[in-house]
Amino acid sequence: MTAVTSVSPSVPALRAEFGPAIERHLVSCGDTIVYASKARSHDVLGWLKDAPGQQYDYLTDVTAVEYRDSERPLEVVYQLRSLPRRADLRVKVALDKQETLEVRSVVDLWRGADWLEREAYDMFGIVFLGHPDLRRILMWETYAEGYPLRKDFPLRGHFSRAEQTRQALAANPEAHYSLEELSIADSFDELPPDMRERLARGERGFLK
Amino acid sequence: MSLRTVEMALATPGLDREGRPIRVPVGAGRAAPGTYDDDFGAEHMLVNIGPQHPATHGVLRLVLEMEGETVKRCIPHLGYLHSGFEKLGEYRHYNQIIPLTDRTDYLSPMANNVGLALAVEKLMGLQITERCQVLRVIACEMSRIISHLVWLGTTGIDLGAFTPFLWSFQERERIYNLQEMWTGARLTTSLTRVGGLMADIPQGFEAGLREFTRTFPDTLREVDTMFTRNAIWIGRTQGVGVLSAEEATNHSLSGPMLRASGVDYDVRKDRPYLGYETYDFDVPIGEHGDIYDRYRIRLEEMWQANRILEQALDRLAGLAGAPINLDDPRVILPPKSRAMSDMEAMIFHFKQVMEGVKPPAGEAYMGIENPKGELGYYFVSDGTAKPVRWRIRPPSFINLSSLPRMCEGALLADVIAINASVDIVMGEVDR
Repeated sequence: MTAVTSVSPSVPALRAEFGPAIERHLVSCGDTIVYASKARSHDVLGWLKDAPGQQYDYLTDVTAVEYRDSERPLEVVYQLRSLPRRADLRVKVALDKQETLEVRSVVDLWRGADWLEREAYDMFGIVFLGHPDLRRILMWETYAEGYPLRKDFPLRGHFSRAEQTRQALAANPEAHYSLEELSIADSFDELPPDMRERLARGERGFLK
Repeated sequence: MSLRTVEMALATPGLDREGRPIRVPVGAGRAAPGTYDDDFGAEHMLVNIGPQHPATHGVLRLVLEMEGETVKRCIPHLGYLHSGFEKLGEYRHYNQIIPLTDRTDYLSPMANNVGLALAVEKLMGLQITERCQVLRVIACEMSRIISHLVWLGTTGIDLGAFTPFLWSFQERERIYNLQEMWTGARLTTSLTRVGGLMADIPQGFEAGLREFTRTFPDTLREVDTMFTRNAIWIGRTQGVGVLSAEEATNHSLSGPMLRASGVDYDVRKDRPYLGYETYDFDVPIGEHGDIYDRYRIRLEEMWQANRILEQALDRLAGLAGAPINLDDPRVILPPKSRAMSDMEAMIFHFKQVMEGVKPPAGEAYMGIENPKGELGYYFVSDGTAKPVRWRIRPPSFINLSSLPRMCEGALLADVIAINASVDIVMGEVDR
């Protein structure tokens, strides 16, 4: 593990292509990190994927970081890799916490982003605009306590143990199925009438 | 009638004004309910597999939309084993995170430990000792063998072959005995520490491992005889669950799943760590991207892991008595005997136990080639003893995300085979 301190050659190329949309860059532990503006993040990532000489065709990971300093923006982190060039690059998009947490989805570029973005949505509440199927993945769909990896989320959760148990026991049967499954059953007339009535009243989830 | 499903239809969470789920389901526009043509006796139904089902390899739940025996759509449901490890990690010192990694991919705990230690060492810019590197390579390759053996045995069972399961679990038991000898635990090994190891190998370990590497190929040969040219095995696995190289790359697959599709990427070769570039081993690459190629690759990887183990044992003989830990009291605990007798050592001991290892502010991503694929640990530090963010890049989770794609148009029985071929561990998928 030799400490490489040089900047990835993609950075000057990005600056030449996108100018001010590349906010800043830095090197940490040998990894180059580039900050792209929220408005043009999809263009930047798409260009990195397809431009000759960049070819970041492999999306290693999508995640997010929230800092302990509550003033600091939340960051969406894309770990990119170019398999033909054997090069890595980390692209970050800063999201101001005063505004809505939204960023363009990259599922149209990399299918692998599908579940990774769902997880970031599930854990941080970041909405990936244009994601085909953005719903919770590790927590259940009717989970009501918020976003677990946010810093304002206590380690043991917002609800007491008693409340969590009460909610689990009071759940309607349809709370255990995803809307996708319910929609399939519905279109084939397989939903029991009482369940359909509850759904019509908007009562999916927990009994009050 | 086409057996292929249409494009994965898109779910929109929410209900319409009448309270019906919004998404238009597959097939809804094609035939009214109950008026299906029955070329294949195509009865429409939803099949629920899991979460408690042996063929889902843990608490995975698959909801399959079937038409007759053809899968139109597969919807995986995860999270039954979600433990919030990443959140827990933010409340722990770096060395205290190591026990959490045992419990993610619990079929290769030692390799996870190594990955975590390497990530923190990258964050701190530490260079570990040579003997420690060799021992960590041994830990990684032992893990690779036991993980692949579990995969082989359980996949065989899923497809109706019982005997290789017994053979592979017998071999696995021998590694587990060695693992227990070294770490005192069979599953929760917590082998590494930042800057070194929890313990050096005990007496008799080298001889035991040497004996294992000598006799293990016999089992591999038996499995090879039993499976590789077996008509049933070939019939069930060839051409099933195919992913092209482009798809595999685009789905971010890694490890044997990626290489079976013909993409030549192995972290050990392409971003070497622990001195892997100095070992002589081959990386098998598939060409068809089906279950059979994944089997061939995992089998070959066990051969190669055995080769690496032999070379590592040779090196270990030349490093007898060399230190396993860094000589740095900021990261390594002084020996207990010194901590009890020497004032300075006691202070270091106290500071480390109470305050923990403190990496400088910064961030690091470290990927290692785990048996399941690329396991990445991403740390963000603000200079305190607890990470701001600890992210696991889970290879099983990402490999599993290609399951709906592979199951489209497959038969129900193939779903079991395809799911087995991904080689998932739910502890890691759900974390």
